[in-house]
Amino acid sequence: MSATDIIPPPELAKPASMACRLGSALTVLIPLAVFAISFSADSASAIAGMVASVVFGGLLYRFWGRLSLPPIREQAIVFCILVYGAFVAVYLEGFSLYPWSTFSGLVSVVVLSMMVAVTWKETRKAPITAKFGLIIIALNILMVCIAPILAPHEQSQVLGGAYMVWGTPFADGGTAWFGTDELGRDYLSRMIYAIRNTVGIAIVTTALTFIVGAFVGLLAASLRGWVDQSLSRMVDVLMAIPPLIFALLILTVVGTGVIKLILVIALLDSTRVFRLSRSVAMNIVVMDYVEAAKLRGEKLMYVIWREVLPNAAAPLIAEFGLRFCFVFLFISSLSFLGLGLQPPTADLGSMVRDSANLINFYQYNKLMAITPLLPAFAIALLTIAVNFVVDWFLHKTSGLKE
Amino acid sequence: MDRVFITIAQRLGLGVVTLFVVSLIIAGMLETLPGDFCQAFYGQQATEKTVAECRQRNHLDESFIVRYGIWVKDAVQFDFGESLSNKRDVAQVIGVRLENTLFLAGFAAAISVPLSLFLGILAALYRYSWYDRLVNVFTLTSISFPEFFVAYILILWLSISTIGADGTPLFPNMAMVNVDTPFWTRAHMMFLPALTLTLVVVAHMMRMTRAAIINLLASPYIEMARLKGISNSRIIVKHALPNALAPIVNVIALNLAYLIVGVVIVEVVLSYPGLGKILVDAVKFRDFPLVQASVMIFAATYVLLNLTADIVTIVSNPRLLHPR
Repeated sequence: MSATDIIPPPELAKPASMACRLGSALTVLIPLAVFAISFSADSASAIAGMVASVVFGGLLYRFWGRLSLPPIREQAIVFCILVYGAFVAVYLEGFSLYPWSTFSGLVSVVVLSMMVAVTWKETRKAPITAKFGLIIIALNILMVCIAPILAPHEQSQVLGGAYMVWGTPFADGGTAWFGTDELGRDYLSRMIYAIRNTVGIAIVTTALTFIVGAFVGLLAASLRGWVDQSLSRMVDVLMAIPPLIFALLILTVVGTGVIKLILVIALLDSTRVFRLSRSVAMNIVVMDYVEAAKLRGEKLMYVIWREVLPNAAAPLIAEFGLRFCFVFLFISSLSFLGLGLQPPTADLGSMVRDSANLINFYQYNKLMAITPLLPAFAIALLTIAVNFVVDWFLHKTSGLKE
Repeated sequence: MDRVFITIAQRLGLGVVTLFVVSLIIAGMLETLPGDFCQAFYGQQATEKTVAECRQRNHLDESFIVRYGIWVKDAVQFDFGESLSNKRDVAQVIGVRLENTLFLAGFAAAISVPLSLFLGILAALYRYSWYDRLVNVFTLTSISFPEFFVAYILILWLSISTIGADGTPLFPNMAMVNVDTPFWTRAHMMFLPALTLTLVVVAHMMRMTRAAIINLLASPYIEMARLKGISNSRIIVKHALPNALAPIVNVIALNLAYLIVGVVIVEVVLSYPGLGKILVDAVKFRDFPLVQASVMIFAATYVLLNLTADIVTIVSNPRLLHPR
C-alpha cells in the first residue's frame, strides 16, 4: 500500500458528466419499463420493485460524484448497464415475469461494474488466473440474482419421465438439455436454481461467520485477561471435534432447515475466524497508536472499529474468500450426506447424490453418465475462481514481488 | 531437556481436559436428541411396555448424570460398553473399522507426504519458473475440488470407463474390504479411495513446503551460503529445509488428522467400511455408545497429532521454550 492510497487527495465534487447522467437515467428507466409491463401480471411486487428501483437510482445519482471516477470508467459502467438493458429488452417476456430478479440483477451489474471500475488499475494488471476467477465470480453473482429468468422451468416442476436423455424434448414444449432427474424435473433448471440456493446460503453463512468470529476475536485480543483465556479455551475444545461430524450431530439434534443450517455452520466456522482475527489483532493492540487512542479515553468499540479493524483488514478479507470456499464446500458436503436443504429445493450437493447412480451407465450413454458431475463441477468452478482471486489478492497485499 | 518434558506434560494435561469436555458436550447433545434408541429400534411396532423394558435393559431410565458417570468410569478403563443395536462390544466393532481407517490413512499418507515434500522442494528450487506456475495452478485447483467430485471423476476414469469385455474394471469402484482380505487385494481395492485422498491433501502440504522454504531464502545465513558458492539445490535441502521444518510438520500433522477424521464423504462415495461411515449410521440409529466412542477417537487423534506437531516445532526451534 503506497502513501497515496492512505491519504486521499483533496477532491471537489465535480459536476456530473454526460455519460454519468445517461447512466443514472438508464438505471432508473430500464427497470421502470419492465415494471410498467409486468404491472398487469403481479401488481404488488411490481410496485415494490418500482419504488426500490427509484430509490436505487436516486442514491446512485446522489453518490456518483463521490466515486471520483475518471470519465472512461463511467462510460464502462454505462456500457454494462446498456448491455444489461439490451438483454432485458430482447428477453422482455422472461424479465417482465420477475421484476424483483430484474431489479437485483441490475443492482448486481451496477455494483460489479463499479467495483471493477474503481479497482481497474489493479484488475488490468492481474494475472490471467485472477481475471478468470473474477469473471466466474461475477457470472455466479448474476446467476444468483436472476436465476428464475435464466432457468427455463421451475425447480420443482415435474415435466417428463425420470432420467430422460440429454436433449429430449418435453411433451409440453421446451427441451431437457441436460436430461431430467430421478423425478422427471429439468436438470438444467434445477442446476441454475441450485447454484442460486447454495451460493446464496454460503454467502449469508460466511458473512455471519465473519461478523461473529471477527468481532469476538478482536474483542478477545483487545480485552486480554480472563475473557481472552476463556474464549480461547472454548474455541480449542470446539475445534477438537471434527467439523463435519459435529455439524452432523447438531443438525440431527435440532433438525434440518435453512436457518438452522446457516446458524450451525456459522457457529462452527466462526471458531476458525476467531483464531485468525485474534492472532492478527494481538500484534496490533500493542502498537503505539492503539495505546494513544486508549489514553485519549476512547471507548472500547471505537478502538476496535477505528484503530484495530482497519489494520487487520487485508488478512481478514483474504480469509473471507477462503472461508467462503470452505463454507461452500461444507454445505455441499452436508447436503451430499442428506442434511442440507430439504427437497424439493434444489441444491448442488444433493443433486450429485441423487443422480450419482447414473455414473454406472457409462457403457450405454456417456453423456448421461457425466450428468452427476455437472453440479459437482459447478461447485469446483466457483471455488477455484475464489481461490485464484484470493491468491492474487494475498500476493498483492503481502508485497511479495519477484 | 527438562523444559521440553514440562511443556509436553502441560500440553498432554490440556489435551486430556479437552477430551473430557468434548465427551461432556457429545453426551449432552446425545441427551437432547429427539427420541432415543429404543424408539428408533422398535420403530412402528413400539408399545409402551417393550420400550420401557428396552430402556431398563440399556440403563436409559437412569438420570443423565448417573449414566455419564458410568460411561466415564468405564471409558478410563478403555471399556466403551456395548453397541445398542447389535449387542457387540463397541471396542470390537470400532476396532475393525479403526483398522480400516488407519490403513487407508496410512496408504494415502505414504503416497502424499513424500510426493508433496518432493514437489514443494522442487517448486521452491525452480520458483517463478513455468513449472512453479503450473504446479501453483494445479494445486489451487485440486484444493478447490469437493471430495465427491474428485472421487466420481476417478471412478469414471479409472473404474467404469475401463470395464473390458470380461466385465472387470481396472480398479473396483467399491472398496468393500473385510478382515480376511489379503494385503495386495486390499491395496488394489483401496487404490481409488487412497488416490482421492492424496489428491485432496497433497496441494495443501506442497504449498506450505514451498512457502516455508521461500520465506527463509531472504535470511542472511542463506545469503552467506550462496556467497560461499554452494549450489542452489544444496542450499535449499541442507540449509533452508531444516529451519523450515516446523511449519511443514504442522501442516502435515493437520492433514494426517484430516486423513483419519475427515474422510466421511470418501467413505460414503466409495462404500469403504471405515470409522466415519459407522459414525454416520450410528447417529441415525441413536446408538449412543458407538457415537461417543468414535467421536472420542476422532478428538483424541486430533489432540495427539496437534501435540506431536507442537513438540516437533519446539524441538526444532529451542527459542520457543523461553517465551518472553
